[in-house]
Amino acid sequence: MKKVVRGFYSVAYSVKLCRPNVICAYPITPQTEIVENLAAMYANGELGEAEYITAESEFGAASMLVGASAAGARVFTATCSQGLILMSEVLFNAAGMRLPIVLVNTNRALSAPLSIWNDHQDSMAMRDAGIMQVYVENNQEAHDMIPQAYKVAENKKVLLPFMVCMDGYKLTHAYEPVDLLEQEMVDSFLPPYEPAAYMTTKKPLAFGCYAPPHIYMEFRVAMQQAMERAKDVMLDVFKEWAEVSGRDWGGHITVDFPDSKIFVVAMGSVVGLLRKVVEELRNEGLSVGLIKIRTFRPFPVEELREALKDAEKVIVLDRSVSFGYEGPVSIELKSAIYGYSSAEIYSFAVGLGGRDMPKDFLAKIIRDVAEGKERPGFAFKGYQEFEEVIP
Amino acid sequence: MKYFGSGHGACPGCGLPIAVKTVLNALDGKVFAVNSTGCLEIISSQYGKNAWGVPYIHSLFENAAGVAAGVEAALRAMKRKDEGYVVVFAGDGATADIGIGTLSGAFDRNHDILYICLDNEAYQNTGHQQSGLTPPGESTTTTPAGKVLPGKVGRKKDMISIAVAHGVPYVASSSVGYVSDIRRKVKKAVKFEGAKYIQIHSPCVTGWGIDGSIAIKVARLAVETGLYPLVEFEHGKLTSVRKIKDRKPVEEYLKLQRRFRHLFTHEKGKEMIKLLQRFADENAERYGLDLKKE
Repeated sequence: MKKVVRGFYSVAYSVKLCRPNVICAYPITPQTEIVENLAAMYANGELGEAEYITAESEFGAASMLVGASAAGARVFTATCSQGLILMSEVLFNAAGMRLPIVLVNTNRALSAPLSIWNDHQDSMAMRDAGIMQVYVENNQEAHDMIPQAYKVAENKKVLLPFMVCMDGYKLTHAYEPVDLLEQEMVDSFLPPYEPAAYMTTKKPLAFGCYAPPHIYMEFRVAMQQAMERAKDVMLDVFKEWAEVSGRDWGGHITVDFPDSKIFVVAMGSVVGLLRKVVEELRNEGLSVGLIKIRTFRPFPVEELREALKDAEKVIVLDRSVSFGYEGPVSIELKSAIYGYSSAEIYSFAVGLGGRDMPKDFLAKIIRDVAEGKERPGFAFKGYQEFEEVIP
Repeated sequence: MKYFGSGHGACPGCGLPIAVKTVLNALDGKVFAVNSTGCLEIISSQYGKNAWGVPYIHSLFENAAGVAAGVEAALRAMKRKDEGYVVVFAGDGATADIGIGTLSGAFDRNHDILYICLDNEAYQNTGHQQSGLTPPGESTTTTPAGKVLPGKVGRKKDMISIAVAHGVPYVASSSVGYVSDIRRKVKKAVKFEGAKYIQIHSPCVTGWGIDGSIAIKVARLAVETGLYPLVEFEHGKLTSVRKIKDRKPVEEYLKLQRRFRHLFTHEKGKEMIKLLQRFADENAERYGLDLKKE
């Protein structure tokens, strides 16, 4: 049933349909309305037997999810920015404990200076946690991704946390027509959670052991292997979703105009606008294509190698920066295609802290690269020249 | 030992296994154990050497109360509450310092959990650094007795009052020196629906600088001097106090332990002992510890 809803609701409603047992969250802009929607559903008795708990902090929320997940519950939380960073110690731990926690991150900048607006610095800081990360383009994709996230995370070949990343404000606050899922459809797609192991007095097991040097490394190797397996599990789940929902969001990446000489690579909501920009530039005669990275972890190495093998120029638009180097998506992309493509890489950090990225701005970047006005390497785009004054 | 035992690596004389076994036995092993990082975790949960006969989880140093709240919420949501009690075992630093945020949250929401604080009065696992529950005058590696300072300056944080102030239904202190007291309080605690807090004084032979053979004696002296009053609060009201017949001077407790030994030679030692005696006297007054002679 198609309804015009905000991004918040598209997530909350989908979470409800996945029948989680325990939801713990702490409010933070721009995630708040997701958990407010869930709290209202809980207050109205619409979440079945689920427990909804308002935590004392994001750290507390994530900690409760560790306990609940280990006890065999399907769990959910949402957060972003400072909240995600505050959760980070718990999330690293949860990944190591192989708990299939699903969370939504409503991407927001990091402090200082304080900014409530959108970029990808928060989730990028969690890159090495052992958490799967998928970036969605619009609220329908966010809505559709929740059941898929549970199905991937809870697969016994995977058992890792899954973070759905959606751009704060740009998606969360946006009203869009969303084809809301039906309960029966979600029920048949996503069976009840059957944990591989869980805390029960009927068969006591210990979770969260400590591991001396003779055994620690094996646990971490196992995490990497789980991530590798997740690549295939995700593709299966994405495909199944396309069949049952009729909406095919593609694989780990999607490629528009695969025979192009120039490619723009981006993640998240900006992809929608880039589609329009690319279309217009192609009408001008520019050979430009678009690559949307959906899965950032596990990283789509083979897919990018294949897509970029004949490319001449690759423009990576990062919504984040690894200070002292460049944008993280660009770093990873370069590493992935090294030896497989001779393309020049143009790495740009754009739209930090909610800085606007209008159509003309994006078109100019692509046009300048095409016309040889830019040099390969890293640059920020869309900021005002300034002189830092250190008193 | 059915619920906790073979494989644990505690020092001889350590109070932790005594407390843990007493708690688990009192509840017939119907326990989901949640443990913070610390000595207990290290001596009992090494991969391949798990000493726990009950379902056990360790996540981080500072989130045991949160993890326990999550286990409890899951059991509630999945109608499995009759499987057992959710019991936290956390050290004094994990409780009163780094983990007080999640603890306060769990108290505030009144999760149906029993929180056991195993109070050995410092970060003993990492080699005796001061915590919020380290008493004044104790020489630790981060508050060493030096030429100027006589060990820790400041008070032992009053976690009992902090717990009571949260309005949780049951709060008590106990001691490894009195296992029957631990047993009774644990059995009583779990009858209350909601968050329960029991702080158990537990000797650390290496940190305190005592021989394992006198650990129980030292634990009892803490109670007999009034420095560690054994009290019980139900719904915020003081309902029982372990009375002391002839309250001993604090020196008798202090002189047996290396952590306080400097107080008998240090320039400011006398003053510190006087302060500790004052705290013991205040405890006696506040809780009515002294058994009045007829």
